[in-house]
Amino acid sequence: MARFSDSNLAIAREIIARYPKPRSATIPLLHLAQEQDGYVTDDAMAQIGELVGASSAEVLGTATFYEMFKFKPVGNYLINICGTLSCALMGAGELMHHAEQKLGIPVGGTTDDGMFTLEHAECQAACSEAPCLQVNYRYRYKVTPEMLDGLIDDLRDGKLTAEIPPHGTVARVRQRIPADRGVGAVPPQDATDMPVWLRNQPEASA
Amino acid sequence: MSELRGDTYPHAPGFVAGDRPQIVTSRFRYEDSHTLQRYLDTGGYQGLRAALAKTPTEVHDDVKRATVLGRGGAGFPAGVKWGLTPQGKFPRYLVVNGDESEPGTYKDRLLMERDPHQLIEGCLIACYAAGLSQCFLYIRGEMALAQERVATALNDAYAAGYVGKNILGSDLSVDIVLHWGAGAYVVGEETALIESLEGNRGMPRLKPPFFPAAIGLYGMPTIVNNVETLANLPWLATNGVDAYLAIGTPTSPGTRMVCVSGHVRRPGVYEMINGTTTFRDLIYGDEFCGGIRDGRELKAFVPGGGSAPWFTPEQLDIPFEGKLAGAAGSMLGSGAVMVMDETTDIPAAALTLTNFYAHESCGKCTPCREGGTWLQRLLTRVVNGQGTQADLDQIFEVGTSICPGDFPHASSEKLGLEAVPFPYKMTTICFVGPSAYAPLNSALVLFPEEFQARLKKRISIPVTGVNG
Repeated sequence: MARFSDSNLAIAREIIARYPKPRSATIPLLHLAQEQDGYVTDDAMAQIGELVGASSAEVLGTATFYEMFKFKPVGNYLINICGTLSCALMGAGELMHHAEQKLGIPVGGTTDDGMFTLEHAECQAACSEAPCLQVNYRYRYKVTPEMLDGLIDDLRDGKLTAEIPPHGTVARVRQRIPADRGVGAVPPQDATDMPVWLRNQPEASA
Repeated sequence: MSELRGDTYPHAPGFVAGDRPQIVTSRFRYEDSHTLQRYLDTGGYQGLRAALAKTPTEVHDDVKRATVLGRGGAGFPAGVKWGLTPQGKFPRYLVVNGDESEPGTYKDRLLMERDPHQLIEGCLIACYAAGLSQCFLYIRGEMALAQERVATALNDAYAAGYVGKNILGSDLSVDIVLHWGAGAYVVGEETALIESLEGNRGMPRLKPPFFPAAIGLYGMPTIVNNVETLANLPWLATNGVDAYLAIGTPTSPGTRMVCVSGHVRRPGVYEMINGTTTFRDLIYGDEFCGGIRDGRELKAFVPGGGSAPWFTPEQLDIPFEGKLAGAAGSMLGSGAVMVMDETTDIPAAALTLTNFYAHESCGKCTPCREGGTWLQRLLTRVVNGQGTQADLDQIFEVGTSICPGDFPHASSEKLGLEAVPFPYKMTTICFVGPSAYAPLNSALVLFPEEFQARLKKRISIPVTGVNG
């Protein structure tokens, strides 16, 4: 299954409708495709192109710029170990080395059972809690080699499925704009009409 | 060793409260600070009500008078930025920059995770004052929890009538659309953010002519504001300009969130008084980091995120104030201090940042695309003990191609160096190129002996004459 399921297609259309131009939905729709399939397939990019009015090559062009999008299957759990300065100062190098040993794969590799992919990440924004890592974008702070061992064992044993969704799902909450409350997308047009709250002020000077 | 002061909370790892004014972190102490109920119970959406009771022009004037400085990195006053939109051209958009990825920084993530309604309220006040018709809240792709918290907060705020049509029964009607990225540092640059929001590769646009306030999202006037900047507005609207100006200094009023990481006793995120707190207070103060870990000596520190030139203990008494830090040869950037103690391998530390910028160059400008990876290769060679003096010379030459002229650096009494003040000249569109060079230049200028010691020893092959 690589094209959107019916329910995801409905979500995709809802997302597109929020933007003044459909193409703005490209990245959110790529995330939706990755959430559905675990990675971004060619068929998905073709369909996203149809939905947002771009060629599949243009969608590919956008998608390949961003590190979170994967174009072939990765492990169920993507482990990103940060290696930028704050984490490096606090032992990220040793942690990465330990992870490679524990998982038996080099950085960038995936375990044979398809459970884990190990990546080196750049600053993940948890610098005072160094060294940090993310598993499918869920944080672990001040990680020691022992903690990493425990984490990998727990993930293998399925103990963290409630907290950590499979690779592809980032946020589990979607924005929903109720039809009766939403203003709707404001299209870019050369209008000279100022918004009503500016127009209605005593001396419209803005 | 003296005792550390200040409260920490298990639900907000990294944040340290203290006996200081709290403008943007006042709710962090509550575990449920992200909920609408807690927000309303603690004065939430009162700032919006106060703003709606005034005219948009009055609210805009308040923000101008309060000199709310941008907290993203450049420190440009928000009220002035709002005023740069061309007259009579509508619609105008608001784009919230929550693509926080500067090495060492994570204040915006905490603000989004811990107090999303405060950000939403700030967005609405900005839209009201500057006449912005739709808001796009761009959150970094990797911040799953922040995305969930903001999505939940938006859903609740819509249901309760705080966002959308005729907010609180007023004329103000604005949608806030949650948008999220997918991993690219350069997208934190405002024009790259706009490109990304239009569904493209996140490459910066040339300024001029693409100043977002004039030609931004879809070619329309667009205000791009940082999360922390907007999070200041509810407090300002509720408590008034004078209360805001009473904190900090006239050029840097209010508070500022700063993230201190590295070799300190208590790394963390602190909300501190703007303009007066010095780096010494921050690194050694008991209410902040409490000194260097294990009683060691400070060697160097990064004062304003990975892109900033480094300071040494000689600059400890400089206050957290943009102009003073600039005159001393660096910048405050995104409010991230990274501390290195005496055990730090300076060339290797510089390499982690050079790797970062080489990796994150978008590839649009040649000096950054080629120069970044060139610096990375040269420095890697030096760190591995395979470098020569020619490599060090080459590093300076590549750096000069990215930033012609003297590159800013701190003074050093020990080395007899005068400070070269900010800013630098640059041959690239955005700051990623110069940022790739900044840490390396600082390391080389301030710690030359560490690089010299790493150079490959010249091997002399004895050539002996047949008769000798």
